[in-house]
Amino acid sequence: VKSIFSVVAGWSDLALERATGVILRVGVIAAAVLVAAGGVVYLVRSGTQLPEYRTFSISLSAYRSPLAIVRGAFDGHPTALIEAGLLVLVLTPVSRVVFALFAFAVRRDVLFVVFSLVVLAILAVGLTGHSL
Amino acid sequence: VNILSFTAVVFAGAIGAGMLGSLTGLGGGVVIVPLLTVAFGIDIRYAIGASLVSVIATSSGAAAAYLREGFTNMRIGVFLEVATTSGAIIGASLTTHLPGSAIEVIFGVVLLVSVFLTVREQEAPSIAAHGHGLGERLRLSGTYPTPEGDVGYTPRRVPAGFGIMALAGALSGLLGIGSGAVKVLALDQAMGLPFKVSTTTSNFMIGVTAAASAGIYLQRGYIQPGLVMPVMLGVLAGSLIGARILVVARVRWLRLAFGVAILALGVEMIVGGLRL
Repeated sequence: VKSIFSVVAGWSDLALERATGVILRVGVIAAAVLVAAGGVVYLVRSGTQLPEYRTFSISLSAYRSPLAIVRGAFDGHPTALIEAGLLVLVLTPVSRVVFALFAFAVRRDVLFVVFSLVVLAILAVGLTGHSL
Repeated sequence: VNILSFTAVVFAGAIGAGMLGSLTGLGGGVVIVPLLTVAFGIDIRYAIGASLVSVIATSSGAAAAYLREGFTNMRIGVFLEVATTSGAIIGASLTTHLPGSAIEVIFGVVLLVSVFLTVREQEAPSIAAHGHGLGERLRLSGTYPTPEGDVGYTPRRVPAGFGIMALAGALSGLLGIGSGAVKVLALDQAMGLPFKVSTTTSNFMIGVTAAASAGIYLQRGYIQPGLVMPVMLGVLAGSLIGARILVVARVRWLRLAFGVAILALGVEMIVGGLRL
């Protein structure tokens, strides 16, 4: 951990921006691959059924916890695979805030460590589905 | 219409929406939602759920590309994300209490305003050389590359920018869009940042803002995997194609033409929502 700390401490702003870009790119590609894989299985299995999105009904997925999603994805269940992709997608911007928190901490930028923590706290409220 | 052909048609429509969103600078969300509701008759709550997901994908993908160019101001981004994510949770909470018709009307109005903000003649931005005290205290200053070397700037009117950002976040959570037009308004008009810094930093913040609403949408059943799949993949592909076209073509007339088409969709949504 100490070595990662000293490596990032030596990085320029541009290097931090590039690293952030890599996090975002990898996250989006991984998410798209998972969603596409789930989509193929979904279409093969239920392609001949009828879609129903005209009227809204609260029909919640069977996979609602991250653990259930990951388990279902490993079983090759299409809905779980797509939701695993969505999970990776949502965690992509979250990870870049975590990375920023780390970078600000390395530079002892206390105020921006606080801002990053506040953003992460708000994200945690939203991601756990707590509405006001 | 079975799921296979429905998915194919939605996927094709989403590619078109992604291209339009990136060519006009409006973003994919404000184009895909009216397409899904007006053309496909999909309930607006499913439409904004699918849109929110595609917004996270396109903005993160575009931010990755922009970060290499050196315009994005990450400090301003993180600071203002405090406002946008708070606003997003308020907006997403509000939307769960509204009937679908009300969301449609609000969406139509925001769509009209967004088109106006995006397509209007851009004045030369008055770049603040010496900024607001708060901008200096928070060390939000930055530089951006020009052919003549790096140019410095410091944001002014930081509190005003923060307030408009909270509103942009609320609209994002309320309607499942990136609300890039309002974010650029805060950065460019209120805080006096150079235009390219505004657009790239706005895009940088969109993914985090949308992620704040995603859990609430999921918990309320707005995010349906079978619909999200073709929408997210289509809008993502379309926005990448649109970005390529933007590199080779000056598209001012194209923006105007599509702006008018999207205006018509906005009016259609208001009329539909009011059941006129």
